Amino acid sequence: MPLAALKISGLTKAFGANRVLRGINLELRKGEVTVLMGANGAGKSTLVKVICGIHAADSGEISLNGQPYRAQTPSEAIHAGVVTVHQNINDGVIPDLDVASNLMLDKLAEPGSGFFLKRREIRAKAREIARSIGLNVDVTRPVGDLQLADRQLVAIARAMTHEPEVLVLDEPTSSLSATEAERLFGFLDRLREAGVAILYISHRTSDIRRMADRIYAMRDGEIVGCFDEKPLDYAAAVNAMLGHGITDINLDVQTPGAPVLELENLRITPQTDPINLRVHRDEVLAITGLVGAGKSALSAILFGQTRAASGQMRLDGARYRPRSPRDAINAGVFLCPKDRGSNGVLRDHSLTRNITVPFLAHYSTMTFVRRKAEAAATRDIIDRLNIVCQSEQDDIGTLSGGNQQKVMVGRWLSEPSKVLILDEPFQGVDIKARRDIGAKIRETAKGRATIVMASEMDEVLEIADRIVVLSDHAVAGDHRNKDLDLKAVLAEVAGHGRDAGSAGRAA
Amino acid sequence: MTDQQTIPAAQNQQTSMASKRTGVDLAVRYGFLTLLFGLIAYFSIFADGFLSPYSAVFIFQSVAITGILALGVTFTLVVDGFDLSIGSTATSALMLSAYVMVVLEMGAVAAVVACLVMGALIGLINGLLIVKTKVPDLLATLGMMFLLIGLQRIPTEGRSISTGMTMPGGETANGKFAPEFLWLGRHRFDFFIDNLIPVSVVILVIVAVLVWVFLERTRHGRLMYAIGSNERAASLAGTNVNRYKIIAYMISGVLASVGGILLSARLGRGDIASGNNLLLDSVAAALIGFAVLGAAKPNAFGTAIGALFVGVLLQGLTMMNAPYYTQDFVKGAVLVVALVFTFVLTGRRGGSHH
Repeated sequence: MPLAALKISGLTKAFGANRVLRGINLELRKGEVTVLMGANGAGKSTLVKVICGIHAADSGEISLNGQPYRAQTPSEAIHAGVVTVHQNINDGVIPDLDVASNLMLDKLAEPGSGFFLKRREIRAKAREIARSIGLNVDVTRPVGDLQLADRQLVAIARAMTHEPEVLVLDEPTSSLSATEAERLFGFLDRLREAGVAILYISHRTSDIRRMADRIYAMRDGEIVGCFDEKPLDYAAAVNAMLGHGITDINLDVQTPGAPVLELENLRITPQTDPINLRVHRDEVLAITGLVGAGKSALSAILFGQTRAASGQMRLDGARYRPRSPRDAINAGVFLCPKDRGSNGVLRDHSLTRNITVPFLAHYSTMTFVRRKAEAAATRDIIDRLNIVCQSEQDDIGTLSGGNQQKVMVGRWLSEPSKVLILDEPFQGVDIKARRDIGAKIRETAKGRATIVMASEMDEVLEIADRIVVLSDHAVAGDHRNKDLDLKAVLAEVAGHGRDAGSAGRAA
Repeated sequence: MTDQQTIPAAQNQQTSMASKRTGVDLAVRYGFLTLLFGLIAYFSIFADGFLSPYSAVFIFQSVAITGILALGVTFTLVVDGFDLSIGSTATSALMLSAYVMVVLEMGAVAAVVACLVMGALIGLINGLLIVKTKVPDLLATLGMMFLLIGLQRIPTEGRSISTGMTMPGGETANGKFAPEFLWLGRHRFDFFIDNLIPVSVVILVIVAVLVWVFLERTRHGRLMYAIGSNERAASLAGTNVNRYKIIAYMISGVLASVGGILLSARLGRGDIASGNNLLLDSVAAALIGFAVLGAAKPNAFGTAIGALFVGVLLQGLTMMNAPYYTQDFVKGAVLVVALVFTFVLTGRRGGSHH
C-alpha cells in the first residue's frame, strides 16, 4: 500500500455565508495520480487554492508526510514541496521573458541567489529541465512567441524546478492537442514512477481514463465518492459527481434539408488542399480535428475576420464574401467564438447588455435603445436556456462558468440565423451545462445550418448529425453520426498515421 | 433528490449574502453624493455667504471649462483609452481664436469654426495614431500634447496675442476680439435675478445632458462601453471598433476646443500662460466620477458631479480663507480618496466568489 503524501481531513472553507468546502477528506498517495472530478462550482478551485496556500482553511487538518502542513502563502507551499500549476496559463508564465528565465524564475526570486544574473548557468539548467519534460524549444525565445501548448508545458516545467513531492495540476490539458497532451502524460508517468503524488483536476474523459489511479468525485463542497478499484468505474464517478446517472444520448439524426452554405475549393492557406463542403439546413455539423488543424482558421474565414487564400463560398446559392464580422452577421452567419473570457464576455456588463450587443440596431429607434424590449428578449433567453441568475440585470461576472457560456450561446440564439457557428461551445463547462447547451443547440437547429467546432470526441458524438474531420487545414473525413466507425474517425483526426505532431503544429 | 435539497439551501445563502452586501452597496452608491451634500451643508453653516445664488453661480462658472473638457475625456475613458492632449488642445484653441481675430482680423464665427475644426482634426490624428499605428493611447496623446504646446507658440514666437501687439515680421496686429465672441465669455443670462448665469455654465449643462443621453441611452454609447469592456468581444459581435475609437477621440478634441473658446472669450486675449491646470483638473473630475453612484466606470453624470465636487470644495475653502496654494493639495487628496473609494469598495463587491 503506497504511503500518503498529503492527507486532508475535515477541511472547511466559507466565503461569507457561502460554504464552499464542507468537510473534505482526501488523501494523495506517493506515486499515484489522484483525479478530482466535479462540476463547475463544486469547490475544486477553492480546494486547490487552500492546498497551495492562496486561501486559509476555516477548520480541518492537512498533513504532509505525517507532519502538519499549513501554508500561509503560495511561496511557503512551494518550499514545503507542494507545487501547483493553475488552469490559467498566463498565471504561470511571463510572456516577455525568455523560456530559460521563466523556467528558473522561482530560483531567481529566491533570496540570496546573487545580484547578477548567471546567464549561461541559467540557460544550461533550463535546457536540462526542458529536455526532461520533452519540451522542444529554444530556451532563449520569449515565451510570448510560443504556441499555447508549449506555454502550458513551460508552466508545468517551471513547477518541476522545485522537485515537488506533491504536484497539483488544474485542468492542464484544456488547451493542448491530443499529441501534446500525450507528451504531458508521458512526463507525468515518469513523475509517478519517481514517487510524486499528483492531484489531477480535469473534465476530460480521455485524460481521466489515461491517467487516473484513483478518482474522487466532488459535489457541493463535499467528496461524494472515492473510486480506486481497478478497473476504475468512470461512469459511477460521473454519476456521483452529477448526482444522477448519465444516460447515453439518444441522438435522432436529422435528414438534412437544402444546402445553405457551400465552400468551393476553399484553401485556408495557399499550400493546403482545397476544402469542398456543403452544410445543409436543419443539420448540425460537427467539425473536429486537433488543435491547429484549421477549425478556428475556418470559422474566422466564414465569419469575415480573415480571407481564404483562394476559392469561394456561397450562401443560399449567392456568392458570399464577408469582409468583416458585421458583414457576416448582416448576411445571417453568426459565430459564437471559443474562449469566452477573451472573445465573448463583456465584463462588468449586465446579462442584457451581453446578450443584445450584436443586435442593438434591432432594439433601437433612432439610435435610442428600447430598454424594455431588450430586457424582455433577455428574460426570454434566460428562460429558454435555464440560466441560473437573479435577473437580467445581473452582472455577468456573478454567474458560474457554465451559465456564462449559456449567455454567450444565448446571445447568438436570440436572433434567427442562416448559419450558426459555435467554436468550442463546451470549453470549460461541466457535463450538466454541456448537456443543457447541446440540447438547446439541437432543439433550435431547425431552419438553419449549424456548425459546431469541437476537438473532444464525446462532445462531437453528443451533438452532431454529421461529422467532418479536419486535418492539416483540409477535410480528412465526412461521416453521418449513425453506426459510426469511431476508430476510422480517430485515425482521420490523427492524420492517417502521418506525422500527427507536425500536422497539429502547422497553424 | 439531493438536488432538491441543495437548491433551496443555495438560495438561502444568496439572500443572506445579498442582505450583507446592501450596507456596502449603499455606501458605494450614495457615499460620494452624501459627502457632496455634507460639504455643502458644512460650508453653508460655517462660511458666510456660501449659500447664495451668486456663490452657486461662481462655483458653476469655475468648473464649467474643466467640466466640458472632463466630459470629453470621459469618452476616451469609456472606450478604454485616455486623452492627455485635452489641456493643450484647449490652449491651442485659445491661441487660434485670438490669432484668427486679432492677426487675421476675421469675425467670431470664423474663430469658433476654426477652433472646432482644429479640435476635430487633433482628435482624428490621435485616433488614427492609436488605431492604425497601434501607438498606446497614453503615449500617442502625450506626444500630441507636447506637439501642441510647441505649435501654439510658433506663429507669435512665444508671445501672447492681444490687439496692438507687434508681430515677428515687424507689423502691428490691429484686429480685435469680436463682441459676439466676447459675449460667450462675458454675457450672463437672467434667471430670477438679473445677469445671473454665464454662457459657459449653460453650455456645460447642455453638453453634460447630451453626453449623458448619448452614452446611456443610444446604441452608439452602449457599443462604446462594450469596446471599453472587451474590445475583441465587441469586435466579434460586429462592432466597428476602430471607427468608434476614432470618434471618441474626435469628440474629446472638439469638446476640449469648446473649453478653449470659452476660456479665450473670458480672457479676451490670447494668453500664452493660461490653462496650465486644465488637463489635471479635468482628468481628476472624470476619475472622481467613477466613484459617483458606485459606477466604477467612466460616466457623464459622475464626471459632472466630480467637477462640481472640486468646485464646491475650493469655493468653500476659499471663503473660509484657506490660502490659494493649498488648492492643488486639496484636489489631489479628493482624487485619491475617490479612487480608493472606487477600487476598494466596488472591487469588494464582485471579487469574493471563488
